[in-house]
Amino acid sequence: MSVETTPPAAAPAVRRIAAQAAFETRAILRNGEQLLVTIVLPVLVLVGLVQTSFLDLDTQGFSRIDFVTPGVLALAVMSTAFTSQAIATAFDRRNGVLRLMATTPLGRTGLLAGKVLGVLAVEVVQVVVIAGVALALGWRPELGALPAVVGAGLLGTAAFTALALLLAGTLRAEGVLAVANLVLVLLTVGGGVLLPAEQLAGPLAHAAVLLPSGALGEAMRGALLHGSVPPFSVVILLGWTAALGAGAARLFRWH
Amino acid sequence: MPLSDAPALDPVQAAAAGTTAAGPAGAASTDHEVAVEVRGLVKRYDGRAVVDGLDLVARPGAVTAVLGPNGAGKTTTIECCEGLRSPDGGTVRVLGHDPVADARALRPRVGVMLQDGGLPTGVRALELLRHVAAMYATPRSVDELAERLGLRGFARTTVRRLSGGQRQRVALAAAVVGRPDVVFLDEPSAGMDPQSRRAVWDLVRELRADGVAIVLTTHLMDEAADLADHVHVVDHGRVIASGTVRELTDGPGAPGTIRIEATPGLDLTNLLRALTSLSAGHSPHQQASDGRESSTQRSEGWTAGESEPGVYVLTGAVEPATLAAVTAWLAERGVLARSVTTGARTLEDVFLDLTGRNLR
Repeated sequence: MSVETTPPAAAPAVRRIAAQAAFETRAILRNGEQLLVTIVLPVLVLVGLVQTSFLDLDTQGFSRIDFVTPGVLALAVMSTAFTSQAIATAFDRRNGVLRLMATTPLGRTGLLAGKVLGVLAVEVVQVVVIAGVALALGWRPELGALPAVVGAGLLGTAAFTALALLLAGTLRAEGVLAVANLVLVLLTVGGGVLLPAEQLAGPLAHAAVLLPSGALGEAMRGALLHGSVPPFSVVILLGWTAALGAGAARLFRWH
Repeated sequence: MPLSDAPALDPVQAAAAGTTAAGPAGAASTDHEVAVEVRGLVKRYDGRAVVDGLDLVARPGAVTAVLGPNGAGKTTTIECCEGLRSPDGGTVRVLGHDPVADARALRPRVGVMLQDGGLPTGVRALELLRHVAAMYATPRSVDELAERLGLRGFARTTVRRLSGGQRQRVALAAAVVGRPDVVFLDEPSAGMDPQSRRAVWDLVRELRADGVAIVLTTHLMDEAADLADHVHVVDHGRVIASGTVRELTDGPGAPGTIRIEATPGLDLTNLLRALTSLSAGHSPHQQASDGRESSTQRSEGWTAGESEPGVYVLTGAVEPATLAAVTAWLAERGVLARSVTTGARTLEDVFLDLTGRNLR
């Protein structure tokens, strides 16, 4: 038997968070339903909107693929940062995973950081797949738009991750499963993600620009079609992030 | 192995503390060797006190069992010690720290096994263990732990497809992989087959020998009796009895029991009278029931009852003459007993006496 005088120590924070991020990323990419909503769904939407003409799109003078791809990227961010993350976190919460990991040196903040990085890693995979398909379909983006796209993606990720955590930390897991999928469908159809809000019917045309989905869609289209993110979208996304983040911080229940 | 705040505790003392029944209270014991100290803990859910003034102490190199019926407040108490819940009253100190305020300092030194496991379901068993190990600077070898706890056979099986006992073993491995100074195990052997339980108990004993403070909740009497250096019996959010297993089972005035299996429905009044006059010469004084169980009778120094139809348990100062009195009483009634056995009370007897026999 040996006696050490130094107490057991934690691994460095960077290593802990990197390990958690890799763990979260693998968990999502290995889960069939998660892959369906994060990868298959956006690709189907992209191919469907570009290759078929059952939706009569006003492409504002752009080619169909150039006009649709930014919205599909916005949808991809929503599916990962919101739907996938809300469901994963809700079931981890129910199964006690959040509590168990919170008792390890990872802690609650490390767990949160790992989750956010995991979301970003999955988004990188999504962008590679979606951009690959879009390029094959004739997409010709401006390379100079990349920083603006990254900025829009980060803002959208922040707002939708906050919404995911607010849901996952307050509702039952089964409830989160239903709500997270339903909200994704509703925002996709009427939230100004795929198409500009002004092309939506009636009052939605005015309301959707104020939603995080509409703001993210506008930000992506602004970056890729016009070379800059509209300041109004930035303000809307930051506002949602602050409000939803404050709600999640206050209302999230670990048990 | 690491010991808590204790340069003062040398290896010899630690080994002694780990191997003698009275070790934790023995010569090596001083205040700073208290690993977990709970004083007057109160925790309410929706205004209802689930833990209500609970005191508990656990020492390094000892197994401390928190024993109690379902809903007694065991898990809530443990969760307050783990920093997962904030107390509504009282103090909790783990290795001298507040588990909530000093969580960052405590997390590397405290291992936790939750009652519901807390394992993510989509990952493979050893993948999960390696992930938890990555949180520590100098974790135990995952391969060695897997070997010890028999995790090899399902190393690549996802947690979702493991049996309850297999999950429990993975969860235990995760609790100890960081070489903790204090380990909290909430019902560690629930759902385990006897072989798994042996493996778990062996690991717990090894941790104890290495100076780790182990706090476990259980309602398995043999687990507490075989493993624990110190038992706290908890009911209705309080500790209602506390001591070594021997101290609890050898309670004053109740050094032994006689158990009789015979025909049901015998009247014990005369037997009690005979036993009482035997033991002290006091005049027999009899009470009816104690309210918990209608068939229990008490007399000076003696308790007698029909614990189940045809099974009679007498508790008191058992002597050779006692047995003669019992058989004489049976002969008077023309009853041939199937068995008459003498013995000390078990921990289960004590537990049921303390917490009642009613289902809840």
